[in-house]
Amino acid sequence: MNEAAIVIQGLRHTFPGPHPVEVLDGVDLEAPHGAFVSLVGPSGCGKSTLLQVLAGLITPNSGESLIEGRSTVGEPGLSAYMPQKDLLLPWRKAIGNAVLGAEIAGVPKAKARAAALSLMERFGLTGFEESWPSQLSGGMRQRLALLRTFLVPQHVLMLDEPFGALDAITRREMHQWLQEVWATDERTVLFVTHDVEEALILSDEVYVMTPRPGRISARLSINYPRPRRSEIVTEPKFVADKARLLSALDKGGAS
Amino acid sequence: MIHLPISRYRAAAWQYTPALMLLIGLVGLWELLVQVLNTRPYILPAPTAIWAALLEKGHLLPNHIQATAIEAVLGLVAAAIGGVLLAIVISSIPLAQRVLYPIIVTSQTIPAYVLAPLLMVWVGIGLESKVIVVALVGFFPIVISTVDGLDSADRDMVALVRSMGATKIEQLRYVLIPSALPGFFAGLKIAAAYSVIGAIIAEWVAAKEGLGIFIIRSQASFRIDQIFVAIAIIALLSIALFVAVHLLARLASPWKYANEKGENHS
Repeated sequence: MNEAAIVIQGLRHTFPGPHPVEVLDGVDLEAPHGAFVSLVGPSGCGKSTLLQVLAGLITPNSGESLIEGRSTVGEPGLSAYMPQKDLLLPWRKAIGNAVLGAEIAGVPKAKARAAALSLMERFGLTGFEESWPSQLSGGMRQRLALLRTFLVPQHVLMLDEPFGALDAITRREMHQWLQEVWATDERTVLFVTHDVEEALILSDEVYVMTPRPGRISARLSINYPRPRRSEIVTEPKFVADKARLLSALDKGGAS
Repeated sequence: MIHLPISRYRAAAWQYTPALMLLIGLVGLWELLVQVLNTRPYILPAPTAIWAALLEKGHLLPNHIQATAIEAVLGLVAAAIGGVLLAIVISSIPLAQRVLYPIIVTSQTIPAYVLAPLLMVWVGIGLESKVIVVALVGFFPIVISTVDGLDSADRDMVALVRSMGATKIEQLRYVLIPSALPGFFAGLKIAAAYSVIGAIIAEWVAAKEGLGIFIIRSQASFRIDQIFVAIAIIALLSIALFVAVHLLARLASPWKYANEKGENHS
């Protein structure tokens, strides 16, 4: 019915409890095949909840959540999901963490291992294959979590603020690096962030979400030529787009 | 104070020196008091008399030690397997927790000394009954601390592997069981410390061989010195099992010691 890799329609969700919290209030979103789509919004607006619905971890009150045409409700494992925390298993070495998702998805161990080893260099982890997660730096842990996500044999990648914990310089390097990795990968990415610049540098399309309860307040197509260098942030078109997104964010906050 | 670079092993040895010195001091005091007060050997023998008894009856001991050690180790293994399976059931099924916990706690109020004769009647006086007594003494701390370990697993890690499509069994394998290892080994250490006592209590009821029987026979012939020999051996056996579990815990969780660079650990 639909060519889009990700379809969200009229998604609503309230966390039950003595003080019910309405997190999502009719969210619509679509990501075409092979696109890099970002979701920008203030902290606590329900971005992570949206990803957890797509990951099959939360059953929404109403609405549709489809990955490649299949409903994710009660069905985890349709996408490669990277939560905010790196969540590396302390009892597995770097290589063991890298192949975790592939292994659970049923990829033969030797094949997953070979794929992981061949990507270690591109993810800046060469020489650390046999290290324990506790021996890695913050940036390396994040790259290892990304590698683990990339090795999950699913077409859709969902990344929840993957660079949120990194310093500004490392973050800029990661933006360049992620573009290169994604360019050779042809997968669909849904990228959650609260950083407008980050969203503009990386994305084909940016959705802006309001504070809780989350709704989509703006949608912007970005067609700067790729690859995009970090200097792009000073170009007039970029600055204008940034201003539009920021004002959409502010309006969302005022309503 | 002079600080010299000392090796890890010397540091470890240094750590236990005060305990050793205290022990030597106490044994020395004991010898002195017995000699000065001229205590009767069937009331309290001197350490030298106990040493003499060890040399005299030493040839009998290997068989007894072996019997008791086998009972203790097999019982401990049975307690570990049963304890872990029960812990997994309790931790994954809320109803099981409510139904099983009261029964498990009640089972611990029955003294092993009361249970042992019943077991002899039911399964005979062979190895099986001893192993069951040791297992019953040991499974309780293992269940309790393994359940704690399973329940303390990081919910976000469980969610991560669920998002990858992990089944319940895979969630156990990849996240829950590794998370529960420290708790399991804490319980196993307590069980190990009690296992030798459990075996000896079972032997007191009826057995052909074992340190428990050695004690009963020594008692019957008023050889208090031999009883002290048995006490020393029981202590050493318990310590050996405890240390073995400690080493096993280290082997099973290498990631915990990855950042240790030859320093003295505590």
